[in-house]
Amino acid sequence: MAKEKQNDNLIGGVLAKEKAKQLLYKMILTRTFEENALEMFSMGKVHGTMHVSIGQEGIAAGAGPALTEGDYLLNTHRGHGHFLMWGGDLNRMMSEFLGKENGYCRGRGGSMHIADVESNNLGAQGIVAGNLPISVGVGLSIKMRKTDQVVLTLFGDGAANEGAFHESLNMAAIWNLPIIYLCENNQYAMSMAFEKAFRVEQISDRAKAYGIKGLTIDGNDVVAVYKAVQEAAKRARKGNGPTLIEAITYRYQGHSKSDRQLYRTRDEVKQWKQKDPIQRFAKLIGIKEKEMEQIEKKAEEEIAAAVEFAENSPEPEISTIMEGIYA
Amino acid sequence: MRELSYMEALREAIRQAMEKDERVFLIGEDIGVYGGAFGVSAGLLDQFGPERIIDTPISEAGIAGACVGAAVTGMRPIGEIQFSDFIVLAMEQIVMQGAKMRFMFGGKATVPFVIRLPGGSGTGAAAQHSESLENWFVHVPGLKVVMPSTPYDAKGLLLAAIEEENPVMFFEHKLLYKSKGHVPEEMYTIPIGKSNVVKEGRDLTVVATSIMVPRAVEAANALLEEGIDIEIIDPRTLKPLDDQPIIESVIKTGKVLIVHEAVKTGGFGGEISAVISESEAFDYLDAPIRRLAGLDMPIPYNRTLEYHAVPQVEDIIAEVRNLYQGKY
Repeated sequence: MAKEKQNDNLIGGVLAKEKAKQLLYKMILTRTFEENALEMFSMGKVHGTMHVSIGQEGIAAGAGPALTEGDYLLNTHRGHGHFLMWGGDLNRMMSEFLGKENGYCRGRGGSMHIADVESNNLGAQGIVAGNLPISVGVGLSIKMRKTDQVVLTLFGDGAANEGAFHESLNMAAIWNLPIIYLCENNQYAMSMAFEKAFRVEQISDRAKAYGIKGLTIDGNDVVAVYKAVQEAAKRARKGNGPTLIEAITYRYQGHSKSDRQLYRTRDEVKQWKQKDPIQRFAKLIGIKEKEMEQIEKKAEEEIAAAVEFAENSPEPEISTIMEGIYA
Repeated sequence: MRELSYMEALREAIRQAMEKDERVFLIGEDIGVYGGAFGVSAGLLDQFGPERIIDTPISEAGIAGACVGAAVTGMRPIGEIQFSDFIVLAMEQIVMQGAKMRFMFGGKATVPFVIRLPGGSGTGAAAQHSESLENWFVHVPGLKVVMPSTPYDAKGLLLAAIEEENPVMFFEHKLLYKSKGHVPEEMYTIPIGKSNVVKEGRDLTVVATSIMVPRAVEAANALLEEGIDIEIIDPRTLKPLDDQPIIESVIKTGKVLIVHEAVKTGGFGGEISAVISESEAFDYLDAPIRRLAGLDMPIPYNRTLEYHAVPQVEDIIAEVRNLYQGKY
C-alpha cells in the first residue's frame, strides 16, 4: 500500500496512464473483434467454430504488458485477446479468421490455431492442456540457450484436470523452468462447472503439490493480473522457477457457437457482468462515458476496416493445398 | 573392418551429433546413470552432463512435449521412449502437436525432433512391452517414420534423423541391439526416404522391415540351396516410402512377399501391397501379392506362443516356397 501511495500518478501503482489507456483500447478492440466475429458467423461469412473470450479480457490486458519482447506465449483456443496483446496485427488476424492466404497461418489454422512464430507467439491450442507439455520444452530450451526469456502458458480450468497438467507442472518444478502457468478459471469447462470438477477450493492450491508458488487473483482486475504476472516473470528470470496463477473470470458467451448454455442461469451471467473487466478498468483510469463512446467507435471503425481488408484478401490457391506439411 | 553392435552404433550417432551440435540433447526415462533401459545411452551422462542427458520422471507426454517445445524454439531434441509401447501415453503431443504444428501455423514453424522407440517382441516382455506400432505413425501427415535393420543403417539413419527438419519416429528393435555389423567411425548419414536392396535375386521379391530383414537374409541362404533366388528390399524409411526400387524389383521377379512383425491387419504390408497394385508392376505380377506378418493378437508371454505370434525364418522360407511354387 505504501508503495502505491508513492506512485499516485500510476494506475494501480504500476501502470502509466497512457499505457493503461492503450490496454483499455485493446480490451475494447478484443471485445469488438469477437462481437463482430460472432455476427459474421451468424451471417454465414465464416465457417467452422470459434471460442470468444468476452468477459475475460482483463487477463490478456494484464498479462501481455507484464512481459517483454522475446518472451514466449502458448495460447488457448479462447485466445484472441492474448493474440492482440502480444502485438497481433488486426488485419492479418481477421484474414486468418476468414481463412485467407495473407492470414497469420495462411488460412490453414483459423482462430483455434492462430500463431505468429516470428514474435515467439507459439500458437493457440485446440487440445485442452495440449500446450502444457510443450511449455516444458520451451522452458528447457531457454535454460539450455541461457537466455532470460520466460514462457507464458495459458489454459482454462478444464485443462487443470488433464493429465498433461500434472506432468508439465512437475517437470517445470523439478527443473526450475521459467514458466508462468496462467489459468483462466472462467467457471466452466464447456458445461462442467468448476464446483463439480474440483474438490480443491482453488486451482492454485495444487501448486503446493508441485512445490511451486501458487496464487489466486481476480482475473477481471487488470492491475492485479499485471502485478501477478510481472512478479512471476521476475521470479522466473531469476531462475526461481515456475508460478501457477489462477485468475478468476467468467465468459459471457457460450463455450463455442453450438452452446445452448443449459448449465447456467441468465441471472448468474448478469451478476458477473457487474464485475466486467472493461467497465472496471475504464472507471479505474477515469474514462467517462463520453470518452468511452469515442473509444468504442474507434474500435468499431478499426474492426470494420480489418473486416474489409480480410474480405478483399485472396483465398489460398488450391494448388498450394499440400504446402507447409513438411519442412 | 570395424564392427559395432546396433546399440553401439546408435550410441555413437548420438555422441557424434551431440559433439558436433550443442543444440542436440537426449531426454527420457533412466537414460542417465542407468544408461537407458537397453543401455543405448550408457556413458553419455559422463561426457555431456545432466543438462544434455536429461533424466525425466515417468512422464511420456512430458517427454514428447519437451521435444516439441524445444524443437520449435531452436533446439534438436532426441526423446527416448523407454519401450515403444509407452508412446501411447504421448500420442497427443506427437500426433496433435508435433506433427501438425508446422502445417497449422501456415508452414512457418520448424519442429526438428527425433523420438527413439525400442519395439518388437522376443524378449518375454508380454503384451504391453512388445508391440510394433510403427504403422500408426505412418498414418500421420507431418511425421517421418524410420526403422533401421542393421548397425550401419542405425547410425546413418539416426544421424540423418537428427539433421532432419521434421519430427522423426525412429523405431529400433530390441532383438537387434546386440547384432553386429560394419559401422564406419566417421559421421555419415543415410538419406531418409531411401530403400535399400539388401540382396539381389531373380525369382521373388521379399520386402522386409526391421528384424525381418536379417530373418529374410537367413531364409534367402537356405532358399538358395533349393534353387530359389530371392531379392530382399528393406524400405528403411516407412514414411516417406521410396517405392521405386520395390516396383522395379516386382517388375523383374513377378512375385512379392511382404514381411513385417507388426500385426497384419492395418499393418504397413497393406500399404506396400497397395503401392505395388497401383503401379506399373501390377501387370507383371504372376501371383497374388502376399503378406507374412504378426498374428492379429497381443504378444503372448509364453515363450513358444510368443515365438509363433510373429514371422520366423522358417515361416519366411515356407511362404516363399509356396509363393514360388504357385500355390496361391
